Amino acid sequence: MTRKTFGAVLAATTILAGAVSAQTEVSLWYHGAGNDVEAALINQIIDDFNASQSDYTVVIESFPQESYNDSVEAAALAGNLPCILDVDGPVMPRWAWAGYLQPLPIDAASIETFLPGTKGIWNGTLYSVGLWDAAVALYARQSTLDELGLRTPTLDSPWSQAEFMAALDAAKASGNFDYALDLGMAWKGEWFPYAFSPFLQSFGGDMIDRSTYTSAEGVLNGDAAIAFGEWWQSLFAEGYAPGNSQDGADRDSGFIDGRYAFQWNGNWAAVATMNGGVDDLVFLPAPDFGNGPVIGGASWQFGVSATCDAPEGAAAWIAHAIQDKYLAAFSDGIGLIPSTPSAAALTENYAEGGKLEVFFGLSEAQALVRPVTPGYPVIAKVFEKALADIADGADVADTLDAAVDEIDADIEANNGYGN
Amino acid sequence: MANSLTRQNRAGWLMAGPAFALIVVFLILPFFMAVAFSFTNQRLVSPNPTEFVGTRNYERLFGIATLTLEAERDETGAVVMRDGAPVYPRLRGFTRDQERYPQYFRKREWFSFERAGNRRTYVLASDVVFLKAVRNTVLFVLVVAPVQAGLALGLAMLINRRIAGINVFRAIYFMPVVISMVVVAMLWRFIYDGNDGILNNLLGAMSFGAMPPVDWLGNPWTALPAIMAMSIWQGVGFHMIIWLSGLQTIPASLYEAAEIEGASRWQTFRYVTWPGLRNTAILIMIIITMQAFTLYPQIAVMTQGGPLDSTQSVVFQMVERGYGKQDIAGGSTISVFLFLFVLSISLLQGWLTRQRP
Repeated sequence: MTRKTFGAVLAATTILAGAVSAQTEVSLWYHGAGNDVEAALINQIIDDFNASQSDYTVVIESFPQESYNDSVEAAALAGNLPCILDVDGPVMPRWAWAGYLQPLPIDAASIETFLPGTKGIWNGTLYSVGLWDAAVALYARQSTLDELGLRTPTLDSPWSQAEFMAALDAAKASGNFDYALDLGMAWKGEWFPYAFSPFLQSFGGDMIDRSTYTSAEGVLNGDAAIAFGEWWQSLFAEGYAPGNSQDGADRDSGFIDGRYAFQWNGNWAAVATMNGGVDDLVFLPAPDFGNGPVIGGASWQFGVSATCDAPEGAAAWIAHAIQDKYLAAFSDGIGLIPSTPSAAALTENYAEGGKLEVFFGLSEAQALVRPVTPGYPVIAKVFEKALADIADGADVADTLDAAVDEIDADIEANNGYGN
Repeated sequence: MANSLTRQNRAGWLMAGPAFALIVVFLILPFFMAVAFSFTNQRLVSPNPTEFVGTRNYERLFGIATLTLEAERDETGAVVMRDGAPVYPRLRGFTRDQERYPQYFRKREWFSFERAGNRRTYVLASDVVFLKAVRNTVLFVLVVAPVQAGLALGLAMLINRRIAGINVFRAIYFMPVVISMVVVAMLWRFIYDGNDGILNNLLGAMSFGAMPPVDWLGNPWTALPAIMAMSIWQGVGFHMIIWLSGLQTIPASLYEAAEIEGASRWQTFRYVTWPGLRNTAILIMIIITMQAFTLYPQIAVMTQGGPLDSTQSVVFQMVERGYGKQDIAGGSTISVFLFLFVLSISLLQGWLTRQRP
């Protein structure tokens, strides 16, 4: 930048700052730093909002996703939270409990048609709302289904456990694949509870007893959970799926290259997979292991921090942001599932006949949010380790017992997390 | 000069002040905070007030009980056998029952051994993962400290010559030290990859395909040795330089004298080189031991403590609890333990290597 242009910019910003000083500044923190498409979308919403009224000016600050939660927690300790907070769905109850968030002051009727996973409700109170959701499906090629002579499962009639295992057996017996199923074991962290706890729930277990949220005893180590664990272990012991040491590159390219017959993956990978040369890609709904088919729900959402000076301004911005046109813009830009049916109709991929339309149905019909409790971050860690250990051959019942003990001890140490 | 410095204390304190303040704020204060937190239920994020909980955190870490079980018998009184071994009742019947067996509640099998008369003794612990982490870390130190020090000495003696181009070798051996451990660990993940890693390809080519690929980091038996090998490779250059500096302080006249006396190469090493390296050896052993106890980045990048806890380390568990599970008190308790453990080993090393009259 030359000195002259620098001077001009300085002058311009000074004038700008002077002009808006009568307005209340509303700060917003966002997790999407480094993603140009996302930045353009969110900036558009902010610019439109700032231009549409004269009371508030929303100012955005973006963070890389990996360090976003740390930044918020550090800011909370230092008393420097922004007004509008971007929060990951399952983490929301912890932040609400810790006093970072205040109940979201927007009209409940305005989000009536939103997908269940996009509404951040804890203890009966709405704290956050999301512009999109994500969904997981079983990726397959139509040609693979045809060759192996498999029925195409539908939302109304998903595969049963027996049908699912028969499909894996057929794929394994064909000898055409390195592995029948790719679960994505290379993706450590939140992927484990997000993608795999639905299997447990479909078996009839869960990560915690949702009626009380005070113990996992009998739920994470009951008969249903042990049946799930035995099944989970068999996937690796009998060579259906690559285990914990799966390479990240294999996860990305294994299905596209035809080395995996089926892949358990999210909607965000759909476009890349189609562009990678899989022409006859189909998205199959989660199998029903006895207790109904389930997938995980809830993605990033917006809430208002407890220390916000202008909650009305923050709420006005959120109400502005959840308009269908912005939901559709985000969906078209980065492939996420828009929160409302009317927004879905506006999108390229989720409109009727769109390539990813099926995900909207999946999200609507099968999504179950992860346990809505401030203890979730610990539950997620414990669950991830238990599943990794069982996949490596650890005793199922003992491992689940240990996981229950750790979750229960954490809940006790936190006086029940307010439950 | 010395007089004016000792007399003018104010100037001295002013100059030392900034460094002293930083050390207090970032080293001394956190140390005492960790000790204090280890007796509370301090969380990273919580609206609940911090409470004093006494030694509960320590009891959770070190809680141990033993339980001896009789093998199961069928109606005829014969011991039930499965796969050639007697069958024992499941431990769940004891560890989940707070009413009848409070001493075993929330404990888990650490290890067990067979006893005479078809009995088996189980050692149950409240925190098996932590105890495994301690065991792995101690094993890591026991292997890495001597092997790394020995290799470094060998390399130092190899390059301690005045021949053309020796600096190239010194630079090559020293190179891994300058690279961050995180980067090294990322690269070695490709070397150790279970399918088409460089190591598997190399072994396969050398054995003409006879050797099947090994999942180095995915197998509980090979994961820790693989990490040890990588850590030694990464750290050996640094200690080589320290040995080299020690070697170069030994006067050449001693070697000349040994040569005149007709000493063999071994005798030269045993009676000239080794005594001359005594202080260097003590320094190196203490440094390596302390470094090895803080085993962390390799684990965080390569295995996350798995498979089956075979690579858990004390520092990894400290971070995992204090930060990952937001249990500052639990992490602090481990850090206090690690401090006392390393301190006692250093004191022991100091006592063993003391100057004897």
